[in-house]
Amino acid sequence: MYKYDDYDQQMVDTRVEEFRDQVRRRLAGELTEDQFKPLRLQNGLYLQLHAYMLRVAIPYGTLNSTQMAALGDIADKYDRGYGHFTTRTNIQYNWIKLDDTPDALADLAKVEMHAIQTSGNCIRNISSDQYAGAAADEVADPRPYAELLRQWSSFHPEFLVLPRKFKIAVIASEIDRAAMRLHDIGIRLVRSDAGELGAEFHVGGGMGRTPFIAKKLRDFVPIDQMITFAEACVRVYNRYGRRDNKYKARIKILVHELGLEAYAREVDAEFAHLLTQPIEPPLAELKRIQGFFTDPPFAQETGGEVDPDDRDDPDFRLWLDRNTYPHKQPGYAIANVSLKPIGGIPGDATSDQIRLMADLAREYSFDELRVTHAQNIVFPHVKKRDLYALWQRLDAADLSTPNLDTVGDIIACPGLDYCALANARSIPVAQKISERFGSAEKQAEIGELKLKISGCINACGHHHAGHIGILGVDKKGKENYQLLLGGSEGADTSLGQITGPGFDEDGVVDATEKAIEVYLANKQGEERFLDTYRRIGMAPFKEAIYG
Amino acid sequence: MKIVTGNDLKSGAVIWWTGVGWSLDVNQSADVADQGAKIIAREEGVQNVVGAYVIDGEKDADGVRPAHIKERIRALGPTVRPDLTLKPADPAAVNWVI
Repeated sequence: MYKYDDYDQQMVDTRVEEFRDQVRRRLAGELTEDQFKPLRLQNGLYLQLHAYMLRVAIPYGTLNSTQMAALGDIADKYDRGYGHFTTRTNIQYNWIKLDDTPDALADLAKVEMHAIQTSGNCIRNISSDQYAGAAADEVADPRPYAELLRQWSSFHPEFLVLPRKFKIAVIASEIDRAAMRLHDIGIRLVRSDAGELGAEFHVGGGMGRTPFIAKKLRDFVPIDQMITFAEACVRVYNRYGRRDNKYKARIKILVHELGLEAYAREVDAEFAHLLTQPIEPPLAELKRIQGFFTDPPFAQETGGEVDPDDRDDPDFRLWLDRNTYPHKQPGYAIANVSLKPIGGIPGDATSDQIRLMADLAREYSFDELRVTHAQNIVFPHVKKRDLYALWQRLDAADLSTPNLDTVGDIIACPGLDYCALANARSIPVAQKISERFGSAEKQAEIGELKLKISGCINACGHHHAGHIGILGVDKKGKENYQLLLGGSEGADTSLGQITGPGFDEDGVVDATEKAIEVYLANKQGEERFLDTYRRIGMAPFKEAIYG
Repeated sequence: MKIVTGNDLKSGAVIWWTGVGWSLDVNQSADVADQGAKIIAREEGVQNVVGAYVIDGEKDADGVRPAHIKERIRALGPTVRPDLTLKPADPAAVNWVI
C-alpha cells in the first residue's frame, strides 16, 4: 500500500488546519454561507437532508486495517455508529456536526486519509479494480498508475475548477470490474505485441441524466506518457466544455457534440504540445510508487486448500462458491464481504462491523482491504485454508451473506432517505426486493443478476448499468419508479432501456418479479438474465409487466 | 400554511421556525404567511440557520404536516432507520411520512 511521504502528510495536515480556521470564521459570522459553501465542499462536507454529510476519499478503494479501524472509530466519535460505502468506493458519514468536522479530518489525517476533492468540479477519487494485485488476469497491477493519477490530479492547479466533476477509472484486465467505460476517462492497461505496457484511453462515459458509454480514444499510449495524455484530455475538456449549463457540462456531452474525431484531433494537438514540455512524472517516481505495491509475502508453501470437512457446512459452502474469487497465487483466494444482508441497507456497515473487518484484514489478508463500486468489501489475499475461520467470524457479525452479483447484491444510492437531491427513496425498494428474492434457493435459481437503484436522475445508484435498473422520480409529489432492463457495466457495457410507464414502490417490486419470471421461463442453458434479455428483446418483458 | 425550515448552522439538524425561534419539532412551526423571505434574511444573517427556505404545509388536529414527502422525511428522519428518527420508540411514525 502507498505510504504518505513528508510532502503528502504536510499537505493533508495543512489542509485540516486551513479548514479549521474556515469553520471558525464561518461560526463567528466572518464568512457567509455563500462564501463558505465552496470551501466546505472542497473538503467533502455537504449539507444533506438531515445534517451535514462528510464524504471521505478511499483512493482506488484501497485501505489498510489501521485506516479501516479509524473509519469505524470516526463513526462512533463523530457520527451515529455507522458509515455508508459508496459507488465511488468512498465512505460517507451522515450526521457530522460542522464544528466537529476539523477534528474528524485531523483523525483521518493521522491515518493518511482525507476528504479533499470528494466534491466540487474537480477530478474526484480515482477508482480501480477491487481485485488489483490479486487477480490472475491483469497485465499489470493498476494501483501504482492509479496512485500516480491521484498525485497528478490532487491540487492540480489547472483542474480544480473544471466545467463539472470528473471521474477516472483505471483497470488492467480484460474483465472490467470497475465500470471503466462509464467514466469521464477510463484507462485500461494493455500490453503491446512487443510486451510493452501502455494505456488504452476511453473518454466521455458517464451516467446521470444523459448516459453515454465511453468511446475508445487511443488503443495504446506508452505508459511513460500516460499522465501527459491524460493532461491533454482534461485540458481540451477544460477549454471547450460548456460552463453555461451544468446539465451539459460533462465531458461526455463535449465528446458527443464535438464528435470523437474532432475531440481526438484537439487532444492530439495538445498532446504534441505537452510532449515538448516535460510534464510526465519522472520514472523514478513511478518506481518509488511501485515499491509500495509489491506482492505481500505469500507463504512459500501454498496457502493450502479448504478443508473438505469445512465444506460440509452448507452455509459456508454457499458463501465459498458465491463470494470468493480465484487468486493469482496458488493456495490463496479473494474473499468478498457483501454489505447487502437480506432486507438490509446496501453499503451500510456499523462501526463494530468496520472494526471487525479491519481486524480480519490484519489476521487473514496481509493488512489489506478494498472497497468495491458495488458497495462491498474485499479481503484480497486470504489463504484458502483460512477461509472457513474468516467466514465464521464474518458470519457472527452478519457479514456473511452469500449473494455476490446476485439479485440481492443491490447497488442503491442513499435516495430520499438521506440525499437532498433525491426525488424518491431507493433503500426501501432495495430492501423489499432483497426480501422477496433473498433466499439462497431463489438466488441460486436466478444466478447472476445485477440490480441497481437510483433515487434521482443523477444515477449515483448506477441504474443505467443494471441488468435490471430502477430509477426513482417525483410524479406530482409522489414517489414513482421507472424500470429499465438490459444495462451492463462490464466488458459488455450497455445502457438499460425503460420498459414503459412507472410504478409505485410495491408496483416496481412486482414488475421486477415479472421480469425475472420471464427470464426464468425463457433462459437457455447457462444464460444470465442479461443474456436472455439480449436474445429475446424487450417485448416479452413488456408483455408480462404491462400486458 | 407557509413554513420556514432550514438547518442549524453548527449541528446541521433540521429546524423549523416557531415564530420566536427554532425548533426540532415540525409541530412547533408557525405560519409565516408572506414573511418568509424577511425571516430567512434576518436569521441567516445572525448565523442561526443555514439553507433556509419556505415550504407549504397543513395544520390539523394531529399537528403540522409538510405538503411534500421530502419535507416530511426531513421532519422525521430516515424512514429506513426508525431508531435514528425523532420518534425512535414509535416505528409506525414512518407511516406519517408516506
